[in-house]
Amino acid sequence: MSTRLAKGGRLIDRSAALDFTFNGKRMKGFAGDTLGAALLANDQMLVGRSFKYHRPRGIVAAGPEEPNALVNLGSGARLEPNQRVTITELFDGLEATSQNHWPSLEFDVGVVNNYAARFLPAGFYYKTFIHPRPFWKHVFEPVIRQSAGLGKAPKDRDADRYEQAYAFCDLLVVGGGIAGLQAALVAGRAGARVLLLEQAAHWGGRAPVDGDVIDGKPAGEWVDEAVAALEGMENVTLRARCMAAGVYDHGYVLADEKVADHTPGDGRPKHRLWRIRAGKILTATGAIERPLSFAGNDIPGVMLAASVRDYVVNWAVSPGDRTVVVTNNDDGYRTAIALREAGLAVPAIVDARSAPAGALVEKARALGLRIEAGRGIAKVKGGKRVTSVAICLQAGEGAVIDEIACDAVAMSGGWSPVVHLWSHCGGKLTWDRVQACFRPDPGRAPLNHDGGAMVYAAGASNGEMTAAAALADATEQAGAVLAALGMKPKRAKAPVAEAVAEGPMEAVWIMPQGASVELKSKMWLDYQNDVKVSDVQLAAREGYESVEHTKRYTTLGMATDQGKLSNINGLAVLAGALNADIPQVGTTTFRPPYVPVTLGALAGEARGEIFQPLRRTPMHDWHERNGAYFEPVGLWRRPYCFPRAGETHEQAVHREVVNTRERLGLLDASTLGKIIVKGPDAGRFLDMLYTGVMSTLPVGKCRYGLMCNEQGFLSDDGVVARIDEETWLCHTTSGGADRIHAWMEDWLQCEWWDWQVFTANVTEQYAQVAVVGPNARKVLEKLGGMDVSKEALPFMTWADGTLGGFPCRVYRISFSGELSYEIAVPASHGAAFWEALHAAGAEFGAMPYGTEALHIMRAEKGFIMIGDETDGTVIPQDLNLDWAISKKKADYLGKRGQARNFLASADRWKLVGFETLDGSVIPDGSYVVAPGVNANGQGNTQGRVTSTYYSPTLKKGIAMGLLLRGPSRMGEVVEFNTVTGGTVKARVVDPVFYDKDGEKQNV
Amino acid sequence: MSEPKSALGGAVSEGFVTIREIGPVGMITLRAKPDAAGLAKAVKAAAGTGLPEVRRIVTEGDRACGWMSPDEYLLVLPYAAVGGALEAVGKAMAGSHHLAVDVSDARAVFRVEGAKAEQVLAKLSPVDFGALATGELRRTRAAQVAAAFWKDGDGFTVVCFRSVARYVFDLLATGAKPGSELG
Repeated sequence: MSTRLAKGGRLIDRSAALDFTFNGKRMKGFAGDTLGAALLANDQMLVGRSFKYHRPRGIVAAGPEEPNALVNLGSGARLEPNQRVTITELFDGLEATSQNHWPSLEFDVGVVNNYAARFLPAGFYYKTFIHPRPFWKHVFEPVIRQSAGLGKAPKDRDADRYEQAYAFCDLLVVGGGIAGLQAALVAGRAGARVLLLEQAAHWGGRAPVDGDVIDGKPAGEWVDEAVAALEGMENVTLRARCMAAGVYDHGYVLADEKVADHTPGDGRPKHRLWRIRAGKILTATGAIERPLSFAGNDIPGVMLAASVRDYVVNWAVSPGDRTVVVTNNDDGYRTAIALREAGLAVPAIVDARSAPAGALVEKARALGLRIEAGRGIAKVKGGKRVTSVAICLQAGEGAVIDEIACDAVAMSGGWSPVVHLWSHCGGKLTWDRVQACFRPDPGRAPLNHDGGAMVYAAGASNGEMTAAAALADATEQAGAVLAALGMKPKRAKAPVAEAVAEGPMEAVWIMPQGASVELKSKMWLDYQNDVKVSDVQLAAREGYESVEHTKRYTTLGMATDQGKLSNINGLAVLAGALNADIPQVGTTTFRPPYVPVTLGALAGEARGEIFQPLRRTPMHDWHERNGAYFEPVGLWRRPYCFPRAGETHEQAVHREVVNTRERLGLLDASTLGKIIVKGPDAGRFLDMLYTGVMSTLPVGKCRYGLMCNEQGFLSDDGVVARIDEETWLCHTTSGGADRIHAWMEDWLQCEWWDWQVFTANVTEQYAQVAVVGPNARKVLEKLGGMDVSKEALPFMTWADGTLGGFPCRVYRISFSGELSYEIAVPASHGAAFWEALHAAGAEFGAMPYGTEALHIMRAEKGFIMIGDETDGTVIPQDLNLDWAISKKKADYLGKRGQARNFLASADRWKLVGFETLDGSVIPDGSYVVAPGVNANGQGNTQGRVTSTYYSPTLKKGIAMGLLLRGPSRMGEVVEFNTVTGGTVKARVVDPVFYDKDGEKQNV
Repeated sequence: MSEPKSALGGAVSEGFVTIREIGPVGMITLRAKPDAAGLAKAVKAAAGTGLPEVRRIVTEGDRACGWMSPDEYLLVLPYAAVGGALEAVGKAMAGSHHLAVDVSDARAVFRVEGAKAEQVLAKLSPVDFGALATGELRRTRAAQVAAAFWKDGDGFTVVCFRSVARYVFDLLATGAKPGSELG
């Protein structure tokens, strides 16, 4: 039985009782509890099932290293799977349910895997599910997926919000234990901008639990004073509940602040992801205790020794009346002493060392505790809870000497510094033989842009395991950081912790050292993924010598805890099996995040309306009010059509086409790119950018132009207007404005830097409306203010003036083949101008039209569309646009590329029109079939459709496409394949289907 | 003729800081090399200020001139004064290579005001406010779009493109929700 003690608990407030439920069962805890502490206080040791064998799993640890105690937290829109109870702060009304069991936690069907354990060895999946091949996809994988998985993915939209924030500092200190606090004090006093992060809700780390004494005071008091001093410094920022997840190049650190995990629903962001740019990073992240590998070390009730101590001291929770301590180092004795001082029984301290000595050992002896030196645990007995331990010689094979009844086992296999953040950016480790751990190698720190160390480690995370050494190290490392920052530490008396004489530890990787295979197959390394000593040894026998391969083969360290407990033990066992030194075997790669970060925090504020910027034209609100059906064009939303009541989109589009051709259509063309190019060399510049000649364009006139990239492929097109002697205005496609502007600047800044040309992207300065149709001139004349007659404003010219009182620039250009004016007004008048056009145009049959009608009308005219007729592999010549390519110019971007033989070849797929024999519409994406098959057995092709529509004007299907030597095959009938099978016959025709002579646009 | 309308018609949001869309504000993009003849005179005539240092903005009443890049300046002035200012620039820089264009309508302008105004911006822009100098014009981004701002009075003036005015306003208002202060 685990329970709450009557006294003590430095972090709990007994006056504030909190109610919570676990699997629907009502339980009570106190403010200051973690969920793990509260569960233990309610005798809930069993909290889950393991991944593979569904073995009962209890709480092992008291911190983020916990592998077992993962729960579903909350429900509905606040359900979060895989939450660690050991780092979940208790709050009133918390709901938790256990995971990975069926039908219940107490009785689980999957446990049958446990009895089949010898049939599920390392690499089982790889060995078993290889053949027959198709079975993997259709049989094995679905079954495995069904039975796998821990928590369930939430189904509802997250009720909470998240945000991100940027922070900058000279020094980021990660970890608010005594080493982190001391380092922050030194740097803070020296005037450095310090940001100090602590993942837990409280400061001080282990020292107050371990009974350390600093400057003659209990560590807790020193911690309180240090925090108060730091809070008083303007240049220091402290953030608790903030876990540094990853270190990246150039001092970039991501940290996850749990702003409102413990106060759900209070309207604050649940998490805040900090994006920190630090001059230097100092990790004071402490160390993690290692389990010992003995048979039955996964039975609920077997816990890490220091965590047992945490539960007793911090939360006044007893893991059971009788706790056997098993250790290979002196620190385990602290737990025995703490248990005894809390009034609990310690039936024995099983010490693998033959002659333990040291202050803590002596103190335990003085307390009358039974010390079994040179002994180990042969086996833990119990099912869902420890009942006893069998004792054996550590040096032997596991013959049982004694059996000791107990409720819990506190194990300590030594400590591993938390080197994750040190390692993320390439910091190297060195093997410490004395402490049997990897520690940061200060000579091989991760480097910054200047070649200096980017990350420093201090305290236990630097391998300095005692309070005294950790404090001294923190002072020294902070001094080193300051020196690297060009700052000086202020003279101050460094705090000193009382030294405790500890005896040496002894590395123990298997207990007992000569254990049989049977015992080793019950020694768990990875609790969550069910990897045992026997699995790693089997992998080694099968030739997996690399630790990275063994990890993947056995899944050791691949669970959600990422091997925080299992990593070192696993590689030590591997090294033993390979008869190699541990440093030779090395570690697996440490990768961010240190503890999993919820996807909400990574997404930050980007959800709902602000998921992505949505670009709106000045007329956007009008479109919304008038029922526009939108389509995305880049980040813009453009009306696809304006369906009326009872109309399908297709019907609306056809109505819009017919109305525009017969009466008057209005198009919001504001998204069209508009770039001003000005300067003495602007003409020469544009002659290089466009395939045609722009320098000779007279002021007041417009010319259509094509832009290619250096390879010669068509990149963008649009109408260029000559504004004055030195100024041109280049229209680009809607999606191309920013790209083409950047393209221009690239050439001007990097290649032709001595040409006198300036550009400005004025796309958003103007609202632009295409006024299109036989009645276009009438509506403009009605608005009045300038002469828009054929004589005053002929086709392909422009003029400034006013219309209906609006200042405007009117371009006589047409993308539809009709009489058409494109009118630009300042954006802040756009909505009003649009409405004025509709009001004045009502009597002429004005209707708005959308992008689909625009596409159909341009296709009827055989006008190409960038992105339809082009895909980055098409040159203008493929589209028969030779007329827009100057033969006289010495050069233009793409000219040389187009001369390459495969582009200049006569065997290119070239633009033609297609008319189906039956009048149907060729399916989008269809290819023109050719005889035979290619090397892959696929049918040959000789062309493809690029634009295909039903033409409401011609009342039949029309299409454009690319066909091998197309223009020379006019009249030929070809066959298009279709997605549904079968083919469509079509005749090769001229791509201009409507008004070939252009009489309509030129009136 | 209609009155010019800013993108959001002067939207306001009250949180732990106040977000206000202001405008329309007159703005001119002036591109010229810093040593172009007549540049100082043009800026003086249009914005009433001297030339700003690199990454700085000089303010004079309701006008300002900001450094945008090694050959680009942003002139801020009353909306109605843009036409006259463009003429003045053209006159002062006649014969000197430059480009001056009206971009008043291409922009949206916000005021972010309150003691903790910079905390809202710190959620959107990778800017070190501890190192932001007085009179610094910061070209940066607000979450996913381009933005620029400078400190002015008891808050910041934030400029973005007009088409994303709603997005930026919503970002600022979300970041200013009470309870989400950074400290």
